Amino acid sequence: MLRSIPSIMIVSCVVLSSAAGPAAPLDELKSLNLQVPHSNQTFAGPGADVVNNNCLACHSADHVLNQPTLSAKVWDEVVHKMINAYKAPIATKDIAPIVDYLTQSNRK
Amino acid sequence: MTMMKHRDIPRHDMTRRRLLGALGVGFALLPARASAEETIDLRVAGGPGIRPITTAYPQKGRMILQRTSPPWLETPFEVFDQAVFTPNDQHYVSWHWANFPNQIDVDRFVLTVRGHVDRTLSLSAKDILHGFPRVELAAVSQCAGNSRIFMQPRVPGAQWANGSMSNALWTGVRLRDVLDRAGVKPGAIQVRFGGLDEPVISGAPKFMKSLTIDHARDGEVMIAFGMNGEQLDLLNGFPFKLIVPGWCAVYWIKMLNDIEVLDQPDMNYWTTTAYRVPDTPHATVKPDETGFKLVSVTRNVPRSFVTNLRSDDVVRAGQSTLARGVAFGGDCGVARVELSADRGQSWRPTQLGEDKGKYGFRQWQAQFTLSSRADHSLMVRCTNTNGEIQPDFPIWNPAGYMRNTIESTHLVAS
Repeated sequence: MLRSIPSIMIVSCVVLSSAAGPAAPLDELKSLNLQVPHSNQTFAGPGADVVNNNCLACHSADHVLNQPTLSAKVWDEVVHKMINAYKAPIATKDIAPIVDYLTQSNRK
Repeated sequence: MTMMKHRDIPRHDMTRRRLLGALGVGFALLPARASAEETIDLRVAGGPGIRPITTAYPQKGRMILQRTSPPWLETPFEVFDQAVFTPNDQHYVSWHWANFPNQIDVDRFVLTVRGHVDRTLSLSAKDILHGFPRVELAAVSQCAGNSRIFMQPRVPGAQWANGSMSNALWTGVRLRDVLDRAGVKPGAIQVRFGGLDEPVISGAPKFMKSLTIDHARDGEVMIAFGMNGEQLDLLNGFPFKLIVPGWCAVYWIKMLNDIEVLDQPDMNYWTTTAYRVPDTPHATVKPDETGFKLVSVTRNVPRSFVTNLRSDDVVRAGQSTLARGVAFGGDCGVARVELSADRGQSWRPTQLGEDKGKYGFRQWQAQFTLSSRADHSLMVRCTNTNGEIQPDFPIWNPAGYMRNTIESTHLVAS
C-alpha cells in the first residue's frame, strides 16, 4: 500500500492546483494518471461459487446486487444476453445454477 | 433474504485514508469527504434502494455508487438545486467496459479520422485544440436509462434514479470542421465513433455508436475538450468526448480516438441491437405486450424536476412557498414549465431563468400555496419549443429507456 502513495500524491496535487487557480484557458491539456477503484466484493451463500466464477470478470458484484427482484425468466434472459451479446464464457451447464442463484438471492 | 452486504465499503474507507494521508497539507482544499458509512435511500419498491455514497473516484466528489466497476456514479439529486451547470466533480459517470485507461499521456494521444475520406487524419491533442475554430455549447448529457429505477414493473439494467444526467458548458471544435479537413467522399452515409475503452472479454463488441453523415455534419455535433472551463475529467471521457446535443448520452463517446466515415450501414452490435426502444408514441408499451417494432434510442425528450423540495417534505398550510427546479426540452429548447398543486387539474406558469442554450438545463421557479392541512402532490411539467409536452402516464418499455413522465412530489401541509 505504501508504494501507491507517491503516484496518488502527484496526481492529486495536479488536480488541486487546477481547482484552486483561475479558470484555465484550455490552451493545453494536462496528462492524467489516476487510480480508479475496483471491487473485491464476492457473492456469498449456497451456490455462490458458480456466480463468482462466471460473473465478476466484466463487472463488480454490486451490478447484480442492486438489481430489482426479477423473475427466473428475466434472469435467464439477462444471463443469455451476457453470453450471446457480451460473449461471457459461461458453460451451458452453469446457466441454470446461475439463474437459480440470482433468482433466489435477489428475491425480497 | 440472502442478499449480502456491501463489503466494498471498507475498501473505500481505505482509499480515503490513503488519500488523506498522502495529501498532507493539501487535503484541506479537497471537498468535504463523506463518512464511509454514508448511504442514500432511493426509496423504491421491488428491490434494494440503499446505495453507498462514495468519494473514492478520481476527480469526483460525493456520488451515488450504482456500480463499482465499470463505474456507474450517479449525481446526488440535491446538486441540481445548486446551479444550472452541474459541477464537474459531480457530473455523472457511466462506462460500458471496465477496460479503459487510467493514465493518458496527452503528448502521445492521437485521434484518427479515416474511412470514406480523401485523406486519413492523425490528429494530436494540439492539432485539435489549436487547428480548428472553437465553439461552446451548453447541453445536458443524459443516459437513455435515466430514472429506470422508477419503471413499474421494474426492469433489469443500471438502476438509476433521476441523477444520470448532468448539464455542462462544453468547449470544443465542430465535428463538421474535422470531417471537412479529412474530406468526406461522395457516397458516405454514416460516421462511426469509438473511444479508448475496450471489451474485457475477447470477441465481445467494442463500444461504438454511429450518426448519419448529415447529423455528423450539422455543425452542432462537437468534439469537446472542455467542460465548464476545465479539461474533461478522466471518467467523463478525457481528453476528447463527442457531444451530440439533444441526443442521449450513449452517443457521447468518451475518450474519443477513432472517427470512421462509412459508405455502408454500421452493423456493429451497439448500433443495430443494443439501446432499442419500442417504435410507439413515447416509446411505451404494456408489460405483457409483444410484437412491437424496436428502433434505436436517439433524442432526449422534455423533462422537468422540482429540486428544492423532496417527497414527504412538510410545508406551512396557507403560506406562500417557493418551488424551483430545472427543466430541459430534450432535442430543442424549453418553451414553458408549469406547476400544479391539485394533481394536475390546473396548471400555472413558472418563471424561467436565463436561457443558457437550448440543449441545457433551464432553471424555473414559482410560488405556490397549499391551503388545506392535508397531503398534496406538487407536479411539474415542461413543454418544449417543438410543442412536445411531458406525458402524465407512466412510460414503460422492457429496457427502461426514455422515461419522462411528469414528476410528482408528495408534500404535507401542516
